[in-house]
Amino acid sequence: MTTTDSSTKATMATTSQISVRAAQSDYREIPAEPDPVLQCEDVDVYYGSFQAVRNVSLAFGHNEITALIGPSGCGKSTILRSLNRMNDLVEGARVTGSVRYWGQDMYGAGVDPIEVRRRIGMVFQKPNPFPKSIYDNIAYGPRVTGMKVDSMDDHVEQALTRAALWDEVKDKLKQSAYGLSGGQQQRLCIARTIAVEPDVILMDEPCASLDPIATMRIETLMTELRDLYTIVIVTHNMQQAARVADRTAFFTAAVDETTGDRTGELVEFDRTAKIFENPADQRTEDYITGRFG
Amino acid sequence: MALHTPAVATRQARLATGKRSKERTPTSILFLALLWFSLFVAFATLVALIVTTIAQGADRLDARLLTEYPSSRPEEAGARPAILGSLWVIGTTAVLAIPLGVAAAVHLEEFADRRHWFNRFIELNIQNLSAIPSIIYGMLAIGTLALIGVGNKNIVIGGALALALLILPVIIISTREALRAVPRELRHGSLALGATEVQTTWRITLPSAVPGIATGTILALSRALGEAAPLLLLGALVFISFDPNGLLSGFTTMPIQIYGWTSAPQAGFHELAAATSILLVGILLVMNALAIVIRNRYQRRW
Amino acid sequence: MRLLLRLAAWLSILITVGIVISLLSPALQFFAEVSVVEFLTGTRWAPQFADPTFGVLPLVTATAWTTAIALAVAVPFGLGAAVYLAEYARPRARKILKPILELLAGVPTVVFGFFALSFVAPTVLREWLSVEVGTFSILAAGLVMGVMIIPTVASLSEDAMSAVPSALRQGSAALGANRMQTSLRVVFPAALSGIVAAVVLGISRAIGETMIVAIAAGARPQMVTDPTMEGATMTGFIARMALGDARVGSLEYNTLFAVGLLLFVLTLVVNAISIQLVRRFRQEY
Repeated sequence: MTTTDSSTKATMATTSQISVRAAQSDYREIPAEPDPVLQCEDVDVYYGSFQAVRNVSLAFGHNEITALIGPSGCGKSTILRSLNRMNDLVEGARVTGSVRYWGQDMYGAGVDPIEVRRRIGMVFQKPNPFPKSIYDNIAYGPRVTGMKVDSMDDHVEQALTRAALWDEVKDKLKQSAYGLSGGQQQRLCIARTIAVEPDVILMDEPCASLDPIATMRIETLMTELRDLYTIVIVTHNMQQAARVADRTAFFTAAVDETTGDRTGELVEFDRTAKIFENPADQRTEDYITGRFG
Repeated sequence: MALHTPAVATRQARLATGKRSKERTPTSILFLALLWFSLFVAFATLVALIVTTIAQGADRLDARLLTEYPSSRPEEAGARPAILGSLWVIGTTAVLAIPLGVAAAVHLEEFADRRHWFNRFIELNIQNLSAIPSIIYGMLAIGTLALIGVGNKNIVIGGALALALLILPVIIISTREALRAVPRELRHGSLALGATEVQTTWRITLPSAVPGIATGTILALSRALGEAAPLLLLGALVFISFDPNGLLSGFTTMPIQIYGWTSAPQAGFHELAAATSILLVGILLVMNALAIVIRNRYQRRW
Repeated sequence: MRLLLRLAAWLSILITVGIVISLLSPALQFFAEVSVVEFLTGTRWAPQFADPTFGVLPLVTATAWTTAIALAVAVPFGLGAAVYLAEYARPRARKILKPILELLAGVPTVVFGFFALSFVAPTVLREWLSVEVGTFSILAAGLVMGVMIIPTVASLSEDAMSAVPSALRQGSAALGANRMQTSLRVVFPAALSGIVAAVVLGISRAIGETMIVAIAAGARPQMVTDPTMEGATMTGFIARMALGDARVGSLEYNTLFAVGLLLFVLTLVVNAISIQLVRRFRQEY
């Protein structure tokens, strides 16, 4: 059995470590400008005739965690879903503007959305393991994408290890994933994503349905994975953004006076410390200090 | 080391692989083609059935079909008694099956203790009944008639009994679904105003479920209208040269008449069978369309 | 009021008891004269001959053949239609396609039987496909029965697949699976219990279907070894027998109920297996 740093660290995670790590996060050198893996320019997203977000320009830095925060209906999940073309699966959804992955237009001609989703993985709000065994959940991605894997057993083990789940499940790999707790299921979903070897992981409120202990473990895991992956996380929880994110983007919704439609827009995007300590925009400050949302 | 360390490898990754999309691999295109073909088989058969039936029967789809009695000479024969017989039998079936079916469903859905073993047994039993071949219900009907000493089994009430028992499980199941779809809040609202459970069911729940019940009932009756097997056992394949006129009257129905004519050797009778089929399918089509319209119009209006 | 409702619900039990009694009492009289072993293992069915024999196997083989042919049509095409409707069709297309499929389910079986006799056997099989079939054949009846059952299989399986949460589809798509892989490897297995139930219901409908076989499969009871033969199924025999004027209580009359009882027991067994399978494969999402 390979015991990597990550798994031991994860199993030892305690509250005190969280605070230490939060402090570490502050000391981490974050360049003024992100080295962009993903870059949005003037992105608008429509569902039918309804405009969900307007004019978003953002860059997601290599091996950084970027948090998207803001009140409900501000379009943060919509933007997240346009970063790996999950919106393609929604009837009538349309994305304009440019989304670039290592400089290549993600919506350009000849780009296979399935290849996009393989490279840019996604973890959802509610854990959604397949009704299969733990092993088959992990092996699913490599199998459907036709990855060449020397030994699937090793591959599964490593993915689970990286997601800090191996020690808990190594004796019951053939059992149904539904037997796991909510937090374990969510880490299984992260492991499942890691198994197809993406370099970006998108997380859509991954802790929204978890209890505080499970949430803490996922947060620990995210900061460990940061060295390997570029992570974008949508969260309702401002403390969570403050704890884990290197950079934070604050969104809000503008209400159209005539139609009542709420269209999301980006208010401010900066290093997390700056956003929380010294926001440039009054709306950000109002949100951070709890005056609305 | 199987899992890669992405930082190094992917900066040069190309999204535009130059190959066709994985959504369009030969296998997945073939798969989609097979799915289309499945639907095509069903629809092509439906079209072929309608076209061939019309081609054979259109010439005899005339007033004589409605007004004449069966005859040994196909050019003079009509389906008048069969049409009237179908109306009598289905009307009686509706009168028997709808109140009973709705009542049973209301009991099971609104009042019965679902954890009680006896009620679970009833549910299982209804599920089983709905899978029993229709011809068995014919045997039940003749068994019952023999039991109460009715010698002549070819009577309207006998046919209606068989069909009513046949569609009872269908009506119960669809009524329960309709009742289940009525939101709990509606019920609680009524109970909170001091209405009893029976009053709530009678004045709030049932009226809200009427569209769903109507849809299920129409579909069940249209099934009964097209059903022939149980009636065969009641000796409904008879030569009837009078209009059925009561519950104890002898009868035949359209599906039985069609069956009778298909077994006759002369081509003229096959034309008659086809013409009657067109009429029968036409009626069923209207009933089905009605059910669909009701369903679509009233779907979850609350 | 409540008592009346309760009585209505109990009626369903009464029906079952009635079915069992009305089948069992003549059947028992039958088995008083004919041994159960002879009935179940005999290969010659000639109840109306001067020297009658009562081996039910010819009827059973005919039923087995029509059922197998019907399933060979209904299961693949029914599931194909279901996967298309649940996983590929846009909502608007589904709103049109489903009612058409329901229409097919609404066609009376006697009309299907006439279609098998007047078009499928002479034109499709003999003329187009040059299959040597007579006026009546197990093959024509089975094929048409299969198409008749497509909507049953399709509609129930579609319900089962549509009930699979879309979160699973999204999870699969996010891992780089295409629609076919998601349908076959995630949705289909997750919906398996409902799909099994749909197929089993198709089987019991095929076993119990009467008019198509009565019209198009023929009347001669013989051991069926080749689907182009004609043959009398269990239901076909009952239907034909019912036309005769068998006196209540006669051996001929009781024969009807012996076959009916066998049919009833068969469908009960199939249904019981279905309930077991559904339990085994049930998934909680």
